[in-house]
Amino acid sequence: MSLTNDIVLQKLQAAFGDAIVNGGEPYGLLTVEVPKADIINVLRFLFDDETLKFRFMTDLCGVHYPDEAGRELAVVYHLHNLEANVRLRIKVFTSIHEPDVPSATAVFPTANWMERETYDFYGINFVGHPNLKRILNVDEMDYFPLRKEYPLEDQTRTDKDDEMFGRG
Amino acid sequence: MFAHVTTHNLIFATRFEKCSIKLTATEQPYGCKAVKQQKQRTMSRPVRFNIHPKEADIHDNIAIASMPEGLQGEGYFATNLEKVVGLARKNSIWPLPFATSCCGIEFMATMASHYDLARFGSERVGFSPRQCDLLMVMGTIAKKMGPVLKQVYLQMAEPRWVIAVGACASSGGIFDTYSVLQGIDQIIPVDVYVPGCPPRPEAIIDGVMRIQELVHNESLRRRNSEHYKALLGSYGIQ
Amino acid sequence: MDQNSAIILPEGSIEKTTTTLNVGPTHPATHGVFQNIMQMDGERVVSTEQTVGYIHRAFEKLAERRPLYQITPITDRLNYCSSPINNMGWHMTCEKLLGVETPKRVDYLRIIIMELARICDHLICNSIVGVDTGAFTGFLYLMQYRELVYEIYEEVCGSRLTTNIGRIGGFERNFSNTAFTKLEKFLKEYPVALKEFENLFNRNRIFMERTQGGGAISAERALAYGMTGPNLRAAGVDYDVRVHNPYCSYQDFEFDIPVGTTGDNYDRFMVRNGEMWQSLRIIEQAYQKIQGFTGAEAEVYHAEVPAYYLPKKEDVYTKMEALIWHFKIIMGETAIPKGEVYHSVEGANGELGFYFISDGGRTPYRLHFRRPCFIYYQAYEELAKGAMLSDAIITLSSLNLIAGELDA
Repeated sequence: MSLTNDIVLQKLQAAFGDAIVNGGEPYGLLTVEVPKADIINVLRFLFDDETLKFRFMTDLCGVHYPDEAGRELAVVYHLHNLEANVRLRIKVFTSIHEPDVPSATAVFPTANWMERETYDFYGINFVGHPNLKRILNVDEMDYFPLRKEYPLEDQTRTDKDDEMFGRG
Repeated sequence: MFAHVTTHNLIFATRFEKCSIKLTATEQPYGCKAVKQQKQRTMSRPVRFNIHPKEADIHDNIAIASMPEGLQGEGYFATNLEKVVGLARKNSIWPLPFATSCCGIEFMATMASHYDLARFGSERVGFSPRQCDLLMVMGTIAKKMGPVLKQVYLQMAEPRWVIAVGACASSGGIFDTYSVLQGIDQIIPVDVYVPGCPPRPEAIIDGVMRIQELVHNESLRRRNSEHYKALLGSYGIQ
Repeated sequence: MDQNSAIILPEGSIEKTTTTLNVGPTHPATHGVFQNIMQMDGERVVSTEQTVGYIHRAFEKLAERRPLYQITPITDRLNYCSSPINNMGWHMTCEKLLGVETPKRVDYLRIIIMELARICDHLICNSIVGVDTGAFTGFLYLMQYRELVYEIYEEVCGSRLTTNIGRIGGFERNFSNTAFTKLEKFLKEYPVALKEFENLFNRNRIFMERTQGGGAISAERALAYGMTGPNLRAAGVDYDVRVHNPYCSYQDFEFDIPVGTTGDNYDRFMVRNGEMWQSLRIIEQAYQKIQGFTGAEAEVYHAEVPAYYLPKKEDVYTKMEALIWHFKIIMGETAIPKGEVYHSVEGANGELGFYFISDGGRTPYRLHFRRPCFIYYQAYEELAKGAMLSDAIITLSSLNLIAGELDA
């Protein structure tokens, strides 16, 4: 019996109960939300279970929702079961004042740099990461640039003429 | 034992030697003359883009650099030292390709046989700043890379020239972001800017030719002059 | 080559330390700007630490500021050796979000362009592996064929390298006869050149001894590192997004997936060669199929979605409504549904994914690029451990790291 989104959701809910919040299947990809305390158990369960076998982590990224109090920062995991060709998206939300999420590097070594990038951009602290430091930006940077409150352009430029750009 | 590739039903080459697609006589996109029959060659040749190639006449096609003005006599030629040095330098520039991104690939195309930068004397590209004359900065320079670029520039010996190839090196290009240096002239003095994203190889060659003009006409005293020292001083370079 | 032979010091010799070697961001052997700080034990690499970010251009932040069509030029600059694949991937992601179905002829034209881009990328990678082992000739001969592909791109979209090709729903113009003539010329001449290149390298004893055994990785470790694309296939796993999650009508085509065994440099080289042959096969099939369209169908080059497809330039310059629509679409003022979509294509280096969260506004709320180079560069330490420096450099170039995709 081939693996479908319903079976995945059923097995997850059977193992973790109310912790799994079904986020629907946007464009065919099952999306669930998991609290951050359980995320490593969920990943480990998805990895080890012999029918689920989600042993490939496609992607890990962060999102910032400044308007949702208590759930500002999200970490989104995309997993892939290569044999049955089923994908899964897991979201973990955390507050911007306690941006600590357990690190997935114990389950998926590929999460190493992906978590560093997410830390670099959003400031999410991955607990248990072997080497959590900035990866793409300069090491001396003191803010997390992809958060919505920070602008795109470099604010210290003196040579840009705002008149020419219609901002004068 | 040595490893080898196992493939599923992969058959190399043999199916393509008898390619079924033929250029039909009715397809004459460039003109009206009949297509000349080419002898079937077993070795592949560099691609010819003229579908109707004329036989090249090389006898009048070799360009010789013109002589500078001077006094000539039996067995001697007297001219200005600057002109001779300029002539020699301009036709033997050793570039340092500081290629970071997409412009670097266009540079590779420029160095390859179709556009061939080596015709201009830049046959030997060096990667050691100590040995090179022309720093060609091709591609986006991020703020993380800025100090590295400055180090490389400082290590070059005088006389040195800098060409900023591409929009990103000239002014930050399409990346007006917090992490991109908005033009390398924020940190090092630049002689020629080549616009484009990426510039065509012809544009890069044009940039190199402008550098050649600068090299040809440069005074021997320029590098020790107050003006030049002030220029470097404005960048914080002693 | 034996990677396990350690240097045995005689009794009573002074304990030695390792030397630190900075294979710095500017180095001819790193084809791109990334840095490896290697700890060397003489000639052998003990460990490396990679530093990336030297060309971080903040694509993801930039994308939050730009409407959909303005993001295409920045996707070009991800893997700039094969930019059409990135462009098409982005357009397909938008089409998935917007619910646009492309007609078959558009799909086949897209496949021709994507496979040409894949050939371009692999030919650079393989010829550079040749250059790093000391054989420069292959590079010069194959770069000529990149010029021919550039001419084909110019016929279609006007630009050589960073193509910004296509629209949401198809192409900006139908392929001209010249484009097809040049394609035929390419299909006739490139196999000969590739065969010559293979004769030079594939069974060349020097090349084989330099590359075999170096940078080997097992399938389990490759999967653990999240590798995809030719690097993973060289390790023995036949995961190809074109087959597993077919997009753009790839299911209509017959092609094989070359797979290696040990995942070493030689296998990666051979897998890329094999993929070039398979791409040629796909292009030939696509071209036959396109020639099979007749009458009105042969003029189709885009889907009918006036809300997202830019109107023809002739109309934009002469008619008011077309001008207004053009402006609205470029500025993102047409309706974009809320939702989140993840779409991936088989880039030249692996699974290139686009995770697009839309909140219904003009610009994406969040756009994340799943960049294969970034993910598999983590594995470099394991691949280079114990190798001699020159072989570590060959491993680096056989991974086909493109700095633009690494740093985004």
